[in-house]
Amino acid sequence: MPACFAALLCWELAGARGLISSLFFPVPSAIFKKLIEMAYSGLLVDQLEITVLRLLIGMFFGGGIGLILGLMMGWSNRLRSALDPLVALLHPIPKIAVFPLIMVIFGIGEVSKVVLISLAAFFPMVINAMAGVRQIHPVYFKVARNYGAKPAQVFRKVVLPGSIPSVLAGVRIATNTALVLTIAVELLASDRGLGAMIWMAWETLRMSELYVGILVAALLGIGFNVLFWICMHRLVPWNPANDA
Amino acid sequence: MKIQCRNLGKSFPNQNGTIHALQGVTFTVVEQEFLCIVGPSGCGKTTLLELIAGLQAPTQGAIRFDDEKDAGGSRPVMVFQNHGLFPWMTVLENVAFGLEMQGVRRKERHGKVHDFIERFGLSEFADVYPHVLSGGMQQRVGIARAFLSNADVLLLDEPFGSLDAQSRTLLQEELLRIWGDQKKLVIHVTHDIEESLLLGDRVLVMTGRPGSIRKDMQVPIQRPRTMESRNQSDFLELKRHIWELLEEEVRENLRIKK
Repeated sequence: MPACFAALLCWELAGARGLISSLFFPVPSAIFKKLIEMAYSGLLVDQLEITVLRLLIGMFFGGGIGLILGLMMGWSNRLRSALDPLVALLHPIPKIAVFPLIMVIFGIGEVSKVVLISLAAFFPMVINAMAGVRQIHPVYFKVARNYGAKPAQVFRKVVLPGSIPSVLAGVRIATNTALVLTIAVELLASDRGLGAMIWMAWETLRMSELYVGILVAALLGIGFNVLFWICMHRLVPWNPANDA
Repeated sequence: MKIQCRNLGKSFPNQNGTIHALQGVTFTVVEQEFLCIVGPSGCGKTTLLELIAGLQAPTQGAIRFDDEKDAGGSRPVMVFQNHGLFPWMTVLENVAFGLEMQGVRRKERHGKVHDFIERFGLSEFADVYPHVLSGGMQQRVGIARAFLSNADVLLLDEPFGSLDAQSRTLLQEELLRIWGDQKKLVIHVTHDIEESLLLGDRVLVMTGRPGSIRKDMQVPIQRPRTMESRNQSDFLELKRHIWELLEEEVRENLRIKK
């Protein structure tokens, strides 16, 4: 924290003394002023809303399908051996590279963007959910069966709670990846959203606006991470790591 | 309830062919009996329990359950050596798990469990998660869970194996006390000869792999048995006898020449 303040202070002083170009590197106070200004005008909130909405819709579809499929793949050896090679093959493809193809299929509208963001969220989710079920010690499945648990009960009492730590880690990675892709498609092919705002600020050389965009995108990422940290403590009170 | 194992065998395929874990295991356990099984490590004791619990199927022979009361045959419940408690459930939820799976309603279930863990002196730990408990406490919760389920048959797989000697002694006495109250059929696997003599009505001594029964002996020591029983001459005589049966196999396992 003190290091951050020191860096900001140096930046501010360097800018005030004309050591760095205020055209390309406006001082922090100017950026902050711009942030307040844009927040009040409602411009920022509109762009932020669009970005967050795209992200959440992508997380809902991509993350949701990934979660369910991942849990099933972790649980059923048959499903896993059928689908795992496919997942392993598709996962490393940089999703942004497929964007043109997705636009060919889904058009240049909102659907393509959401499909790409969903795709970005899907893979970390499916992999983490699967790993989460796989790392549950086999004895818990034995205990459940021994006490006569039916498959639905095994799912609710063992598979789901046992995989939560890994699933939450998956949600975090998926959200981060989806955020990257959201900003990327907005830079590439949108006139709305944080990414579009950043790109337009760059094209018109409104540098403080550019920095505001970057700052807000960064805060969004940090915000989500904090949220997961809280969820982890709330949802996994039995995790010994929480006591530390 | 009576359990008859007839000519039980279990083998697993592995890279180098087939592992014969158990072969020709035949014995009968009767209602309310406390049966101990001792044997060298790797003799298939755990496998035998899992066969009886129905968690694995035998590759040979059969197990018969004769239920005189014909009470719908509640399946045997097993206590595992480690890890038996769900880390994501509180002590209360863990102990209640058996009843929950039998469809007992939440309110009734928790009432029963509260009474039960009160008797175990675990009340103040009802709402904590297992990871804060010591190994001995965790195993007591595991045993409480098994005894609370309506099962007529309990299978204990070296429940005290990883505990220190003092805790083990106290838990053995506690186990005897609960069993005295509830009189379920218990099959208790252990590698501790003294433990088998202290707890069991009968002791089965097993051979190394493939596991089979070397000797089936009654323990004629009077109950209630306590620490003092360990010093009786008939106890010591039995202990020496079982040790003689096991010594050769243990030596072979450890490659210690006589």
